[in-house]
Amino acid sequence: MPIQTPFHPRTSKLNNALDWKDWAGYFAANSYNVVSDFEYYAFRHSAGLVDITPLFKYKVTGKDASMFLSRIMVKDITKLKLNQATYCCWCDDKGMVIDDGTVMYFVENEYFVTAADPSYSWFSRFVKNLDVQIEDITDSFCGLALQGPTSRDILKKICDADLDHLKFFWTTSAKADGFEFKISRTGYTGDLGYELWIKNEDALKLFDAVWNAGQDYNIRMSGIAALDIARIEAGLIMNGVDYHSSLYALIPEQMSTPYELGLGWTVNLDREPFIGQKALKAEKKNGSRWATVGLDINWPDLEELYKKHGLPPHTDAGAWRNSVPIYDRQNKTKQIGYATSGTWSPALKKNIALASIKIDYAKPGTEVYFEVTVEHHRELVRAIVGKPQFFNPERKRSILKK
Amino acid sequence: MSKKYDAIIIGGGHNGLINAAYLAKAGKKVLVLEKRHVLGGAAVSEEIHPGFTFSVCSYVVSLFRPHIIRELNLVRHGYNIIPMDASYQPLPDGDIGICKWGDASKTRREIARFSRKDSEVYGEFSKVMTHMAKLAKEVIDHPAPDVASINPKELSSLLRMGKVFKNLGPEMLHMNTKLLTMSSADFLDLWFESEILKGPMAVSGIIGTFLGVRSPGTAYVLLHHYMGELDGAFRSWGFSKGGTGGVSNACAGAAKSFGAEIRTNVNVSHVKIVNGKATGVILSNGDEIESKIVVSNLDPNRTYLKMIGEDNLSPDITTEIKRFKLRGSSGKVNFALSGVPNFCKKRDGLEFMKGDIAIVPNVDYVERAYDQAKYGEFSERPYINIVVPSLTDPTLAPPGKHVMSCFVQYAPFDIKEGPEYWPKLADKFGDAVQNTIKEYVPDIDSLVEHRQVVTPWDMQETFGLTEGNIFHGELTLEQLLFQRPISGYAKYKTPIRNLWMSGSGTHPGGGIMGSGGELSAKSILKEKAI
Repeated sequence: MPIQTPFHPRTSKLNNALDWKDWAGYFAANSYNVVSDFEYYAFRHSAGLVDITPLFKYKVTGKDASMFLSRIMVKDITKLKLNQATYCCWCDDKGMVIDDGTVMYFVENEYFVTAADPSYSWFSRFVKNLDVQIEDITDSFCGLALQGPTSRDILKKICDADLDHLKFFWTTSAKADGFEFKISRTGYTGDLGYELWIKNEDALKLFDAVWNAGQDYNIRMSGIAALDIARIEAGLIMNGVDYHSSLYALIPEQMSTPYELGLGWTVNLDREPFIGQKALKAEKKNGSRWATVGLDINWPDLEELYKKHGLPPHTDAGAWRNSVPIYDRQNKTKQIGYATSGTWSPALKKNIALASIKIDYAKPGTEVYFEVTVEHHRELVRAIVGKPQFFNPERKRSILKK
Repeated sequence: MSKKYDAIIIGGGHNGLINAAYLAKAGKKVLVLEKRHVLGGAAVSEEIHPGFTFSVCSYVVSLFRPHIIRELNLVRHGYNIIPMDASYQPLPDGDIGICKWGDASKTRREIARFSRKDSEVYGEFSKVMTHMAKLAKEVIDHPAPDVASINPKELSSLLRMGKVFKNLGPEMLHMNTKLLTMSSADFLDLWFESEILKGPMAVSGIIGTFLGVRSPGTAYVLLHHYMGELDGAFRSWGFSKGGTGGVSNACAGAAKSFGAEIRTNVNVSHVKIVNGKATGVILSNGDEIESKIVVSNLDPNRTYLKMIGEDNLSPDITTEIKRFKLRGSSGKVNFALSGVPNFCKKRDGLEFMKGDIAIVPNVDYVERAYDQAKYGEFSERPYINIVVPSLTDPTLAPPGKHVMSCFVQYAPFDIKEGPEYWPKLADKFGDAVQNTIKEYVPDIDSLVEHRQVVTPWDMQETFGLTEGNIFHGELTLEQLLFQRPISGYAKYKTPIRNLWMSGSGTHPGGGIMGSGGELSAKSILKEKAI
């Protein structure tokens, strides 16, 4: 049975829908309300608060910590400046992705790593005789994601950190009334937002401070369902949904490389050896087989199909995570890929999906067929291939001018 | 001789800007001229009181066409709509009236407090209206075909519409006839028994008209409330972030990104007409700007009588345009408040306040309000549609403070002392509104930091809405479709060659929909007018 996060005494009171799911062995609210789209809108219009405690969290310390992490990650962590954070992934020897997460450089020789899957064992096997200690702080540290346009104003009310100048993917320590915590300007919504990290003992203090300060800023609790819509709009992939960890994949077809996942930008190839380097160099040279793309699914086509049945067009209220076949535009029987997750984008008024597609079809603007089921009938609608990132507001990176 | 501009658009309201965006997207050289210092026309946000941003006129976004958002990439330019969940009707005795939510079961239980029967009929009613709205969508998204025309294109367009009609089946067709001819109150009587429930439902049929809920022909506007479910907008009623000016600014951003030029503080005196053809515009300072075509985003009255001028019109058309009914019937009162105006202290939380609040405790209330208006007075106890958008979008007011927007009907333009007398009545009108609200929020007076009263006269003088009509002309059946604004010139054209129209006074008209601007631009491009 899942266990409760340190925020549970508060989140359980606010969960009107009693809609919980198991996230990495913790109770996580899927939605707090029966009609949950406002939890999504909070990310885009005010501020949504998500309990992200279930993420796996590791503290990596020691003189060799940066070198050690650089060996594991596809990114050169030695380049990371103090207080900086970076998003990256890590691979096996064959260059197949194991997991993705964020590395934050909080204190000299001390890094904080988040992961979707348990990673202690994988990390540990590379310690050897290095001066590195890995501590699994998953169950002793907890996290809140505060995401949305008013998140900065809320945080400024409760702590002393200079948030006006904290840049995207940078971190800071913060002092509040009676407790301290860490802030990283990171998130899973593609919007202005922060993640707050604190030791379990002070969890409720942080929660109450944020929640109370947020009342004037239309703060809402947001569940996983809302987060899923936002992350798809932002083109952020998810382990276990859009790809599978090579540690758990049963067949090679289930594995992906960083390039195939659209994470090529996180790879620093030419440097000291790191795990998967050789394979990734070869792939860089020879080309990838697959690509991760965004699909803009033609809405009038769908409207037309529903109209045939005398029905208004319909989409599911939230995001979906089942695999949907994609076909060649010229040859309807030739499958060229599959969508892994998708959603009706309330912000863009578009039907969108993230998809794995054969590299020949990955060029932006390519038209493909996307399978839909309308009134029990399987049909095809057109879709345009593009970048996975559908939504990228300026405020995500903006800093306030003096 | 080559002209600098392919098109000049008079009026930087949202339709004008959308028109400009579509034309510019097609590679045309476009110039938009706006009289005021801000863009948006009636979809405008202004900081009227320091720290408080008001949606001065139009206050909610309804039915904005989702394909326009996609086609013009409006989200990239800041288009940002926050949907409303609840709609709530406070009662004067402090009780909670009907409260409708996105959550159907919750709504059913709220309605059942007044009538168990109504609570169950509500679902059936919604189903019928959804069927009816399918037809409405077909009508809204295309230029209206003319039933009197024998042009094959018109006929095929009629045929297409007829097919949708036919597919409705006899039962729905009969219902459709009722919907088109009955009053909103009578139509609702076919379904519901609670006079309380019918109050807020019935008023949606009369907004912006000089009619009452018992006037025939008001029922079909009820459809608008069911449109959102159909057009892929899902929850199309909402607030624009930063006020309704946010929509206009996004449209302007899109237009500029396609290369359109936009100038504010430029007052167009009239359209230059040579041999029955528009050749550009003359500004009030006497300057002339030439263009291949001119698009007027002004209302039909201004377009015909000011921009064209009677000298350039046949007497018949002049007569017809003068008969076009404007007769504004509403005012706006906007408040800057130091705290939350709690309309219902009997319930915890403020969720139900985040939608729209309708001051209309029953059907008779609003008919009585109309009685006064019929004889040239504003209603002492008007129907008020209130929103407190700062609860949803905190950026509109300082933390903890709020803006409250009140749409007030009836405030007839033709007040018995004459419309010019309105400025002298403004304060009294504002007091009537505040006093009405006081019956629900007893401490309202102590919350008010600033009050802005927008009378129908102000709407005409400041915002160019002739007679203060918020829809550029009443949305009554005889002024719709192929008769909007007048028969023979319904397809965004005018009797003057190269002079087009795009505003709310054209089909389909009304609200922040963008259709006038879009369909006008598409017609211009289709006809290769430039």
